[in-house]
Amino acid sequence: MTDATQTRDLFSKFDPLIAEREALLATGVRDPFAIVMDEVKSPTQAVIKGKDTILLGTYNYMGMTFDPDVVAAGKKALDDFGAGTTGSRVLNGTYQGHKEVEEALKDFYGMSGAMVFSTGYQANLGMISTLAGKGDYVVLDADSHASIYDGCFLGDAEIVRFRHNSVEDLDKRLGRLPADALKLVVLEGVYSMLGDVAPLPDMVAAVRKHANCMILVDEAHGMGFFGPNGRGVYEEQGVEKDVDFVVGTFSKSVGTVGGFCVSNHPKFEVLRLVCRPYVFTASLPPSVVATAATSIRKLMHAGEKRAHLWKNSQRLHKGLTDLGFKLGTETPQSAIIAVILTDQAQAVAMWQALLELGLYVNMARPPATPAGTFLLRCSLCAEHSDEQVEQIIAMFEAAGKATGAIG
Amino acid sequence: MTDRQPIFDSVLSQIAPFNKKGVELTEATSFAGDLEWDSLTVMDFVAAIEDEFDIIITMNMQAEIETIGQLVDAVAKLKG
Repeated sequence: MTDATQTRDLFSKFDPLIAEREALLATGVRDPFAIVMDEVKSPTQAVIKGKDTILLGTYNYMGMTFDPDVVAAGKKALDDFGAGTTGSRVLNGTYQGHKEVEEALKDFYGMSGAMVFSTGYQANLGMISTLAGKGDYVVLDADSHASIYDGCFLGDAEIVRFRHNSVEDLDKRLGRLPADALKLVVLEGVYSMLGDVAPLPDMVAAVRKHANCMILVDEAHGMGFFGPNGRGVYEEQGVEKDVDFVVGTFSKSVGTVGGFCVSNHPKFEVLRLVCRPYVFTASLPPSVVATAATSIRKLMHAGEKRAHLWKNSQRLHKGLTDLGFKLGTETPQSAIIAVILTDQAQAVAMWQALLELGLYVNMARPPATPAGTFLLRCSLCAEHSDEQVEQIIAMFEAAGKATGAIG
Repeated sequence: MTDRQPIFDSVLSQIAPFNKKGVELTEATSFAGDLEWDSLTVMDFVAAIEDEFDIIITMNMQAEIETIGQLVDAVAKLKG
């Protein structure tokens, strides 16, 4: 037998990653990317390896996963329409529920068109690759989510990046492109790694100085939480009239899975025929679209939850700052609070110490993170109680001192 | 045809702040192999080159550029 690592094949390019992981796990730490939730008791509590654990690393911002109306709608749809559609949206995969969730999105966003995809990833993949074709330009922020980059690579457009959240850099790059070329500018409301928010009014103003630009804003982490109607950062910052497309997901505040795009463009419906990640995949199961529609309609009237989520985010940000942790943003900007650590060993040690105390957070590492940083990413939920937030801060203090991350 | 030497010199001066290992720079020096730049360093460097020459090097073009010589050629072409 030849040693598998000695044989050169298509897996050889992953050898450095395999070696890095083996070295890390050999130090005796648990694998941050192999956690199993044995039981999930509520939006904020699970059992991991027999231990009751507070969840602070989910995107369940509004705590809708166990909402009784949402769960009941899903059960009813499962009974009435079955487990799955076994078909594409454009063939046999559009049920009454898919139309109902698109109606709920139109009402939620106040827009004339809504298209539901099977995941948020596919929504970006589909919208960007279909809108910007050969000879067109996609202009995107350097810290964009992988689904935005992959949407660019799937299409034939020319791809231009600007420095993260830099209005000047965006303006300069648009100015260097041919005026008559068609351009799609892709922005995000909340950038998920550090939890920072885009300066959308300034960015929109910069874009509008240039000809032939359309603007797409990804509100994956903004929906439910920002703006008077929970539409996202673009609503909170008052640029609704200047945004051509909003992309979002059901897998965060909505509490299930799926993706969507909403728009007022008069020709929006044609995308259903030409958008490959929409056409060539099975549609969402009836129970999923039923839970999503119910959740979206409830999120329209979730002002109190939004207020509590803000309170939680501000309290955790202040608590961690006071303890001496370095955070991704100086002020609380979203429900994501990123703790910046020095290296992988410290990040994993801290992550494991928290887990053993009964707190789950996300660990994030390059290349997903900006500037090669190692992060522990906390995302708060409207259902975290004041008491839980204080417990979380106490656990960070204990873990930080035990690992030397704070003095 | 733009004169190539001033572009080459200017590219070298833009590389300097990112050349932390002090790698010797020639036409054939490669960004990934010799300079060992990761994607984030590449992003910062490309932005610096774009601003220096007032051009756009799209990500599509970047995929074709592996060495300093190829970059100088691309800049010369884009400058026209």
